[in-house]
Amino acid sequence: MSQIVKVESISKSFGPTRVLDGVSFNVDKGSVVAIIGRSGSGKSTALRCIDRLESVDSGQIEVCGHDITSPKLNLHQLRRDVGIVFQSYNLFPHMTVAQNIMLAPRLVLRRKRAELRDRAQEVLTQVGLADKADAYPSQLSGGQQQRVAIARSLAMSPQVMLFDEVTSALDPELTGEVLRVMEKLAADGMTMILVTHEMAFARKVADEVIFMHRGKVWEQGPGEMLDAPRTEELRNFVGSGL
Amino acid sequence: MTLLSGAQVHFLFQGLWWTVVLSVMAFVGGGLLGFVVAILRVYGPAFVRNLTMLYIKLVQGTPLLVLLSLTYFGLPTMGVTIDPLTAAGLGLSIYVSAYLGEIWRGCIESVPRTQSEAAECLALNWRQRLVHVILPQAVKIATPSTVGFMVQIVKNTSLASAIGFVELARAGQVINNSTFQPFVTFMLIAALYFALCYPLSVWSRRLERKFHVANR
Repeated sequence: MSQIVKVESISKSFGPTRVLDGVSFNVDKGSVVAIIGRSGSGKSTALRCIDRLESVDSGQIEVCGHDITSPKLNLHQLRRDVGIVFQSYNLFPHMTVAQNIMLAPRLVLRRKRAELRDRAQEVLTQVGLADKADAYPSQLSGGQQQRVAIARSLAMSPQVMLFDEVTSALDPELTGEVLRVMEKLAADGMTMILVTHEMAFARKVADEVIFMHRGKVWEQGPGEMLDAPRTEELRNFVGSGL
Repeated sequence: MTLLSGAQVHFLFQGLWWTVVLSVMAFVGGGLLGFVVAILRVYGPAFVRNLTMLYIKLVQGTPLLVLLSLTYFGLPTMGVTIDPLTAAGLGLSIYVSAYLGEIWRGCIESVPRTQSEAAECLALNWRQRLVHVILPQAVKIATPSTVGFMVQIVKNTSLASAIGFVELARAGQVINNSTFQPFVTFMLIAALYFALCYPLSVWSRRLERKFHVANR
């Protein structure tokens, strides 16, 4: 399997705080990687670096063949290849669900009207919201909004999808419906990198789990590593989390 | 006490008409210029942002009367011939642009940064983000205060009388000079200004209430 994301010893500081300290990991095409860790361990920052929402101080990142750290980076093409879903959904409140989804395919991919509508229905069906195309975000529950955000990202047919604590703002029931959508995506072969606090989900769905601590990759392995932590820190984290 | 003659009433309403024309000119001209000011103030490079801020401070720190005198008496000394209407329209536009620019800057900046970030991550370029994501939300936030400011514009057009432009206030002065009934004349003038401004402030208040309901 080819590696679609390569992160090589990236470091980053916010002022005097070193949030990333030589982080390296690779992501195979079609695999699911879950990044876990305490708040402030640098996991969200690492994810945001992959989509160039943050720049790194040193190290290298390659995503879908784009060298993120290169000054010649085609940011536009990178954003077409990478989809990202945020904790706070960030849907556009003045547009309906369908308009939210069709905006980027219309403006960026220049798809035709009929094609746009079909694609919107398709991705909405994928997230189980085929009947909500004409609703406004404010009329939906948090879980539904987050699924629309996933659909909006999917509509651009990205090669990699990033999920930044997408269920952290949701109650357990709504979390469940979002996680089921993500599980289906993973089963369909989407390459996914997710920062999450959902341990059970990480263990079940992720091909690889990365435990970050103090800006470093502390432990890395298949989901089962959560059952038998090698380090004190992961043991404490798993112990307190479950 | 005799009321105004037919000719005088006609003259008064002509003044009212020019006040409306001047207000519209100030709003359109000031709005267009103010939009540019707001965009440069938010998105320009540091040097341009500072320059725009200086422009806003300068205009806001100058009496409108002085601005109008500058355009009407100042420009001709530089070889630009200018009639009172154009001079008043220009001076008012500059004045309005500084205020609307600053109001709109705040509105653009109050759209959450995450909205722009989400649009950026969908590969929208700057112009697309602005037109399709930021501005529609900013306009909604800006509407009540902008309509409210229109009241100020209407009232401030009265200063154009100082550069010899016959709008409502000046028409009142002219009539008073022949009727010597200042109380009646200026009460009438005040009532006419009120008739222009009150609907605007009601509209503004209504928009504000609607906006608050929409954002509950």
